[in-house]
Amino acid sequence: MTTDKTTDNTNNRSSAFEYAPAPESRAIVDIAPSYGLFIDGEFTEAADGKVFKTVSPASEEVLAEVAQAGPEDVDRAVGAARKAFEKWSALPGSERAKYLFRIARIIQERGRELAVLETLDNGKPIRETRDADLPLVAAHFFYYAGWADKLDHAGFGSAPRPLGVAGQVIPWNFPLLMLAWKIAPALATGNTVVLKPAETTPLSALFFADICRQAGLPRGVVNILPGYGDTGAALVAHRDVNKVAFTGSTAVGKQIARTVAGSRKKLTLELGGKGANIVFDDAPIDQAVEGIVNGIFFNQGQVCCAGSRLLVQESIQDELLDSLKRRLSTLRLGDPLDKNTDIGAINSEEQLARITALVEQGEAEGAERWSPACELPSSGYWFAPTLFTNVTQAHTVARDEIFGPVLSVLTFRTPDEAVAKANNTPYGLSAGIWTEKGSRILAVANKLRAGVIWSNTFNKFDPTSPFGGYKESGFGREGGRHGLEAYLDV
Amino acid sequence: MSDRTNERLSVFKTYKLYVGGKFPRSESGRVYEVTDSQGKWLANAPQSSRKDARDAVVAARKAFGGWSGATAYNRGQVLYRVAEMLEGRKAQFVREVADAEGLSKSKAAVIVDATIDRWVWYAGWTDKIAQVVGGGNPVAGPYFNLSSPEPTGVVAVLAPQESSFLGLVSVVAPVIATGNTAVVVASERSPLPALSLGEVLATSDLPGGVVNVLSGRTGEIAAPLAAHQDVNAIDLAGAGADDGLAKELEIAAADNLKRVLRPQPVDDWSATPGTDRMTAFLETKTVWHPTGSLGASGSAY
Amino acid sequence: MSTAAPLALADVTASDSTLRRFLHGLPGVDAVGLEARAASLGTRSIKTTAKAYAIDLAISMVDLTTLEGADTPGKVRALGAKAVRPDPTDRTAPATAAVCVYPDMVATAKAAVAGSDVKVASVATAFPAGRVPIAVKLADVREAVTSGADEIDMVIDRGAFLAGDYLKVYDQIVAVREACGTDARLKVIFETGELSTYDNIRRASWLGMLAGADFIKTSTGKVAVNATPANTLLMLEAVRDFRAQTGVQVGVKPAGGIRTSKDAIKFLVLVNETVGDDWLDNHWFRFGASSLLNDLLMQRQKLATGRYSGPDYVTVD
Repeated sequence: MTTDKTTDNTNNRSSAFEYAPAPESRAIVDIAPSYGLFIDGEFTEAADGKVFKTVSPASEEVLAEVAQAGPEDVDRAVGAARKAFEKWSALPGSERAKYLFRIARIIQERGRELAVLETLDNGKPIRETRDADLPLVAAHFFYYAGWADKLDHAGFGSAPRPLGVAGQVIPWNFPLLMLAWKIAPALATGNTVVLKPAETTPLSALFFADICRQAGLPRGVVNILPGYGDTGAALVAHRDVNKVAFTGSTAVGKQIARTVAGSRKKLTLELGGKGANIVFDDAPIDQAVEGIVNGIFFNQGQVCCAGSRLLVQESIQDELLDSLKRRLSTLRLGDPLDKNTDIGAINSEEQLARITALVEQGEAEGAERWSPACELPSSGYWFAPTLFTNVTQAHTVARDEIFGPVLSVLTFRTPDEAVAKANNTPYGLSAGIWTEKGSRILAVANKLRAGVIWSNTFNKFDPTSPFGGYKESGFGREGGRHGLEAYLDV
Repeated sequence: MSDRTNERLSVFKTYKLYVGGKFPRSESGRVYEVTDSQGKWLANAPQSSRKDARDAVVAARKAFGGWSGATAYNRGQVLYRVAEMLEGRKAQFVREVADAEGLSKSKAAVIVDATIDRWVWYAGWTDKIAQVVGGGNPVAGPYFNLSSPEPTGVVAVLAPQESSFLGLVSVVAPVIATGNTAVVVASERSPLPALSLGEVLATSDLPGGVVNVLSGRTGEIAAPLAAHQDVNAIDLAGAGADDGLAKELEIAAADNLKRVLRPQPVDDWSATPGTDRMTAFLETKTVWHPTGSLGASGSAY
Repeated sequence: MSTAAPLALADVTASDSTLRRFLHGLPGVDAVGLEARAASLGTRSIKTTAKAYAIDLAISMVDLTTLEGADTPGKVRALGAKAVRPDPTDRTAPATAAVCVYPDMVATAKAAVAGSDVKVASVATAFPAGRVPIAVKLADVREAVTSGADEIDMVIDRGAFLAGDYLKVYDQIVAVREACGTDARLKVIFETGELSTYDNIRRASWLGMLAGADFIKTSTGKVAVNATPANTLLMLEAVRDFRAQTGVQVGVKPAGGIRTSKDAIKFLVLVNETVGDDWLDNHWFRFGASSLLNDLLMQRQKLATGRYSGPDYVTVD
């Protein structure tokens, strides 16, 4: 592999050390042909019998048929949650804790199976579900299990009370992890839940329902309603829901805020972002390149907190871009179940279309587009890792969330300018700072208006670490002691 | 004498110390008789010497780097595993506690249940205590200032004399949850549940040396521990009944300014603990980082 | 094979202060990030044909080593025989790259590998500690070269390095390079465990390459911490950047602590994804190891027969 600075697309993918296919076996997971709704401890058909299909985005193969919840089902689920709430909230915290510890342990035991399932339904590489998603899912349940009987130490007064029934709507990018972020704190604090997984990724939530049964969780405490946007809207609007939690697009988040206006429902939102990854001239270059790659290509860039804007100090732009392009040429795109795959499939045809349209717009507006040589499989939804250089704040690709493997590269001259550009967005979810100088990390972090700031790293998550946005990236925090507040009557 | 043609003869357990992850006898070769509340002989327990205490401190010190350096999550997993193992051995411990404390099986069962739940309680604290007692401090200058708790090191723990299991766990678990390692002196009169606890710890992925259990005459082994210069703190719960002893030990502890937790009367070990048994053995580290000021007239990054 | 600093960087080594400024001006290394990247590459799954390729490549990259006070001609002869024909039951197993011995064993080693392509590498400069006057170090090197060593593995003066005396370290390497003449390739050992920080390892790498190293090598294998995926990754990045800047290619040799095929394959993945094909050759990458070879052979046997092998089916030298 030569490092030819003048050509930008030199990668010839064949090499002496070719990695043979290393597929993770599908046999570990048993996907039934059809699944029902999970209400009051039982799987049932939708009241109107409606079903929909979920496919594997890597191959377009149909994985299963799933019941589609309608308004009647929403009503029944909320009723089951309400009924279960009385007993569940009256349980000593130490007993609720033990249910959650059981769930965490079973998730760990079945971690490989769930990882394969998630990869099939979502399209992301098995290496990510195995090494990132699933360990975090289990850890989230472990962490919140431990709070269940310690709420009077949480800084919310003595014996804070739960809210009641929580209606939770989650996205498709980290299906099981988003479920964990929602359900774990809700249950630990004594609430019961009705959760709607995304329509393209219902399966891991349904397997989770099975885990709740294995753990002996009382019926009605957790209810799972697969469906589309209308199911979610019905859930959010239901009069007997006390708490609404939503992760998804800013547009829908605003709709939900309007829906709950004037009611007594508490609301938390975790929405979109256009994270600025700021690289200063004294950054540790090789690690910064890894951080940039991780920031925008982890999960194919379908991450709310993705570092989708690279703000590089102008004096090192060429050097950094050379290193970055060389590094991008080693990314492996392909079968998500292959253990050596770095870039998996885009989650759906719709999402692929959105990405494609925005990228075309980027080109039309004059930004310079580059991708490493990349063979896309013939079936499934795929998009090659893409860089836009010579991007400015006025470009669409610098403002709109693309939610795909597309990085927009802008430059800055001074730290002040970096901060100004980073903050110049209606979003405020995440940012990255790359420099060897500690005081600069802290000074810049002080000024950035973002809820999560990564220094010399990116896309790091932990159940103890609060996550959430400023401005139109939403409000409320998930994770940590702070994450309890959303589910308590405080 | 029982009719041996009908009853099977049981195999007695030889009770050993638990030090450095292994089960040695006392280097002194001594044992002493342990009897139940009726005076009936239960077993011979090792009668530890000052050298056993010395060896236990060496083991605890050796284990401290790894245990305090493990993630809080990992420590929580291990403590939860202890609970899992203990749950499996409930019947064994119900018998031991009933014998040790002269209780009915059903009362002993309540105690064992509470003990398992106590491990679960502390398993859930490992990754939260820092959030409750630590935090950023808003100093009046361009500095990021953060206070965080850190484990103090090797803690000598004199386990309660009366509550041989629930009381024992209630004083040991909070010490190790935060990353300290412990040298535990079991109840003199009722040491057997503590020694058996070693079997549970040994099968729970707890690294050897994190907890070390000694049995014997409390006065005899507490003294060298209280005076030991490589022990950072001491919990005097097991010296509670004897004011003279507690005072003596506190005086000896002053030689290297050990953190001392004085004996407190506890009526009901099953009551939900607070955080003080953890904070007693935590140091607070406060670090200042310059943030560079961002003046209106040009930046100072 | 290059002499002193490449033209592009000639002024860097003009004085102690220019050298210090250059080395201290190199990009920093974030330790957490570096280790995470190395660990992530360690999760690559290398199976079937890829594994077979990697095992054979790894065998061909081994510098089969014996560096013990107790070494005798008999021991060295056995080592040489093994290097030439590692698996007596399977002639298709490649030979190793070299044997690595102390200078007084070079002649014996040469005889033992005569007629094959296996090279004889000799440690020198009072390996492993290197705490003798420069004259003694150079005499040690000349002795080895005269006895027929194809390669010299020298140690740098770590004391001088840690005291900040970079030019002294540089001058010593240049002198050793000269003593090797045109006959022997020079590997420069940093003793990464003693240098301690990644920033130091990066600086030492550039210093060694400026001074004319043909190979940069992690460690002597005689201390507690030797080659690790992270320190080797860092050195691979350094040789990549050096070639980009000067056009000169330098090899990398991790040594010590690499015991299993799994370990070795992880290192090859690092090479593949950092510097690529140009370094996937025993002229540019070596493993300093002894027990690794038998594990590679057992893994090779497993791939060939489908059965897990055992120590009875590989030779003890």
